[in-house]
Amino acid sequence: MRISLRAAALALTAGLFSPVGAAAEVSTAAPDALVRDLTTEVLDAIRADKAIAGGDVSRVQKLVDEKVLPYVDFQKMTQLAVGRGWRSATAEQRTALTREFHTLLVRTYSGALSQVKDHKVQMKPFRAQPNETDVVVRTNVVPSRGEPIQLDYRLEKQEAGWKIYDVNVVGVWLVENYKAQFAGEINAGGVEGLIKSLTERNRQLSEQKKA
Amino acid sequence: MQTRLLPLRAMPSHLRQISLRAVVVWGLAGLAGCVTVPPNAGQDPRDPWEKFNRNVFAFNDGFDAAILRPAAELWAKLPEGMRNCFSNAFANLRGPSTAINNTLQGKPAEGLSDLGRFAINTTVGIVGCFDVASRLGLEMHREDFGQTLGVWGFGPGPYLVLPIFGASDVRDAVGILGVEPFLDLNFYIDYPAIEYTIFALRIVNERAELLPADRLVREAALDRYTFIRDGYLQRRRSLIYDGNPPREPDENEPEGDEPKAPAPTTPEAGGAPTGSTDVKPSGGEE
Repeated sequence: MRISLRAAALALTAGLFSPVGAAAEVSTAAPDALVRDLTTEVLDAIRADKAIAGGDVSRVQKLVDEKVLPYVDFQKMTQLAVGRGWRSATAEQRTALTREFHTLLVRTYSGALSQVKDHKVQMKPFRAQPNETDVVVRTNVVPSRGEPIQLDYRLEKQEAGWKIYDVNVVGVWLVENYKAQFAGEINAGGVEGLIKSLTERNRQLSEQKKA
Repeated sequence: MQTRLLPLRAMPSHLRQISLRAVVVWGLAGLAGCVTVPPNAGQDPRDPWEKFNRNVFAFNDGFDAAILRPAAELWAKLPEGMRNCFSNAFANLRGPSTAINNTLQGKPAEGLSDLGRFAINTTVGIVGCFDVASRLGLEMHREDFGQTLGVWGFGPGPYLVLPIFGASDVRDAVGILGVEPFLDLNFYIDYPAIEYTIFALRIVNERAELLPADRLVREAALDRYTFIRDGYLQRRRSLIYDGNPPREPDENEPEGDEPKAPAPTTPEAGGAPTGSTDVKPSGGEE
């Protein structure tokens, strides 16, 4: 691997959890404008927060929980990652899957997000037909030194506005990267098995954090 | 100097010994067979050698825990400026390779720019220690022979975990083991002691750069092997298209429906041994 994976890890978090916005006004914007405003805003917020710079990961989690959710469709994200198993899952199982996957992503990546310092967002040219409802917005996150980090978003137009449902960091789509793992868990222990694995991992992580 | 033009013959005997040893290590690693492998291993069409790969992966993990990671953690304690200097200098050794590969991929302008980078950083940047070229606006491209093969239309072939080097595929392994060594300046250093030292330090340096990502992967992955494999394959595909690959056909499954195979709609496909991820509902099918 010849990329700076540290930078990638930072970018991943910045990408996934960057959408921080000033309510509905933003969500009706064009998808590229939405991504630009939200990423810039969240990077600013992190930079401004001394507690985050001091390593207070819970602050990042709180930031994410409060501000990100309106702009990310975690359920669609989970559904795509679970793939075929989703059809056989009950409503409760679907809720549990979405909740646990969401928790896992927030927990694992907020640590890295807290280390974002002077990164800037650079938009790449965006072309989309006006009637398109599923688009990719491409960006680079540029650290003060070192190579730019590719960071792309997949968005879907929904009634409430554009929603992010997948993130690409240095060429790796997040949803795609969980598909085979989830399929493996489902193969071994069914949907219930996957939920159990996710829950167990989240429990370990929260204990680790306390320790 | 004549032999320099014939890298294959010029390959010093000690390097041949190393590659021989690598093959032996690989064989042992693969045969170790003490790793828990999921029952459906090898059913993913991209990874038919999964069982073998998982063994090499486990071997690499052992090597990493015992030697590589401790060394990398030590290395990471160096002052930042010093580490940057080493990182830049090591990257610079790959400059000619990047230039050649860019040219082979039909991007002569990038190739020329890489050559310029190499010239500037080697001289003004003092054997690559300072990345002067980047500050002058000559951005770094990273190209290797595996990517060149991809651009030429070769598929990745089966996924392949290499000892020590880690994630790869057949196409990239051809580049990493068969071609890249000869394009790398390190290879042409005539003093074995220096050559080996640089070789080792580069691996340690790369490992040090991976320390934060490694921690993240350990937390985020349900199955580290699969997480790294799929990340690697996606990343390499993206690189071949210079960051903008066409969307894969089966990614488009809006309601979690059958991605491609239109056939098996029967709820019980007889245990689904075909690598299908369909599973009998553990409660409440429509």
